[in-house]
Amino acid sequence: MTATAAAPPVTKRPVGTRPSRRWIGMTVRIALLVFFLLIVLIPVYVLLITSFKEKGAISASDAWALPSGWPWDWTTSGWSTAWDRLEAPLWRSVQLAVPGAVIASILGSMNGFVLSRWRFPFANLVFILILFGMFIPYQAVMLPLVDLLINDINIENGIPALLLTHIVFGIPICTLIFRNYYETVPSDLIEAARVDGAGMLQTYIRIILPLSAPAFVVTLIWQFTSIWNDFLFALFLSSEDNGPVTLALNNLAGGQLSNYQASMAAALIAAFPTLIVYIVLGRFFLRGLMAGSLKG
Amino acid sequence: MADQANRPKRRRRMHGIATWGPGLLLISPSIVLVGIFVYGLIGQNFQLALSDKHTAIQPETFIGLDNFKDLLTEDRFQHALTNLLIYTVAFLIGTMFFGMLWAILLERGIRGEGIFRSIYLFPMAISFVSAGVVWRWLLNGAQGEEAAGLNRLFQSLGPGGLQNSWWDTPNWGMVAIAMPAMWQLSGYMMALFLAGFRSIPDELREAARMDGASEFQLYRHVLFPQLSPVALSALIIAGHMSLKVFDIIYVIARNTYQVEVPATYMWQVQTFDQAKAATIASVLLIVVAVLIVPYLVYNHRTEKNR
Repeated sequence: MTATAAAPPVTKRPVGTRPSRRWIGMTVRIALLVFFLLIVLIPVYVLLITSFKEKGAISASDAWALPSGWPWDWTTSGWSTAWDRLEAPLWRSVQLAVPGAVIASILGSMNGFVLSRWRFPFANLVFILILFGMFIPYQAVMLPLVDLLINDINIENGIPALLLTHIVFGIPICTLIFRNYYETVPSDLIEAARVDGAGMLQTYIRIILPLSAPAFVVTLIWQFTSIWNDFLFALFLSSEDNGPVTLALNNLAGGQLSNYQASMAAALIAAFPTLIVYIVLGRFFLRGLMAGSLKG
Repeated sequence: MADQANRPKRRRRMHGIATWGPGLLLISPSIVLVGIFVYGLIGQNFQLALSDKHTAIQPETFIGLDNFKDLLTEDRFQHALTNLLIYTVAFLIGTMFFGMLWAILLERGIRGEGIFRSIYLFPMAISFVSAGVVWRWLLNGAQGEEAAGLNRLFQSLGPGGLQNSWWDTPNWGMVAIAMPAMWQLSGYMMALFLAGFRSIPDELREAARMDGASEFQLYRHVLFPQLSPVALSALIIAGHMSLKVFDIIYVIARNTYQVEVPATYMWQVQTFDQAKAATIASVLLIVVAVLIVPYLVYNHRTEKNR
């Protein structure tokens, strides 16, 4: 609500103190920043080194060391175990997250257009009521949801049930992002179309949709990431043999014989798609984050 | 904005259902879906919470607020609520502190800012489940010879006295289990604060410097007051995320009583006592709504006045 998908990029600013003190200040700041950078990266270091170790090779005393005999004794056995367990769930996660993100974005775009540019009586109230849906603890709908999907709608447990659920609960944030984005479209454009006799649908398709690409990138990335990373819905609405990758990862990591090599390799594999999205399209991810001020 | 001239026109438009009707039609699928899945299901959940459906076969009979009374006076639930409170306080202090610190370090621009920002923020892109796998290892409570994870690191780097049993410590365990969540979300707070700093007009800083304000005074008297709306949003967003915590605790500690919160309690209970699980979920919803509804209304008001 505070920021929009079209928020201006952050810019650097000149520093205005005396040169010598500036130097010291700058050095201290960089030192602190690097220090925190290393702290933040500790878990990544642990994930990487452990995933390449020999199973059982991890005695407690060299837990933090690189795998012995680097680089020729590194083993990928943890990775292959992980891959065997995760391959099918990964594919199911793709089948869930991609259509889930696309459909919620389309609905969000239509809603955002109507709620900003083609308002009806009480449109603002409707908007707030929709928005509330992204803040609720999903536990508060979970038991009736399971009942509704499985017993009433009779939808298949697993990916189909999860897909419908993620589309519905993705609507609020997508609507918010598109509404804020469309608020920035000049009203002259819409008035001009109206003067030309364009109806609602024509205005949306001819004027609004062609301008929507930036907002679509934001919602697609945001929804893909949230659906991919969801665990709560997956736990209630699917099981290991028909659920997404988070569920499989949790089962692999939580087994009685905790195989840390495979678990950590699996954690990296499961995180890989969202990490790639983040690295390649990070600035759009950030916009989604700011726009929602957000969901969790 | 330039809307001033269009306003009368728009108001006239509102009169004809022929004009706004199609819009309402376009949005109606979403209204129906959200209506059913959010409000309908919340209603059903409350209904369940007000019933005595304590076993799978029992029919739902209305019994009023009895479940709520029982739950709120129950030791186990109070323990879970206390845990949630400790977790939330720790999480808020941690994320706001690091978020603000990183934002202050970065806000005046520095070489490689993009890299720092991206790396501080990247844990947010990872699922709590993946994060949980590595943090479970880091927060391993074994000490001495058997020590692994952070305890082993403390041993080898010197401060062996820092070794502790992490989340398996009464009360303080909640602070330990908040650490992974801080790791994941401090970067988000940083991003919010950074955007806040950058929306402050340069003239304000310049004026303060002209008046001879020190760096400390500049922050204390000029920049921080400007940031308070951002800080309030950040607090509410982080607070509501924290109240809903489930994934990270479940993945790291499963159903350990020591770190039980309402959400994990509900997950355990729902397999056999639906009414009680629904009651826990209702309490959680009420707590979150008390925080969020005023925020939504406030946001809407300020937006209108803009």
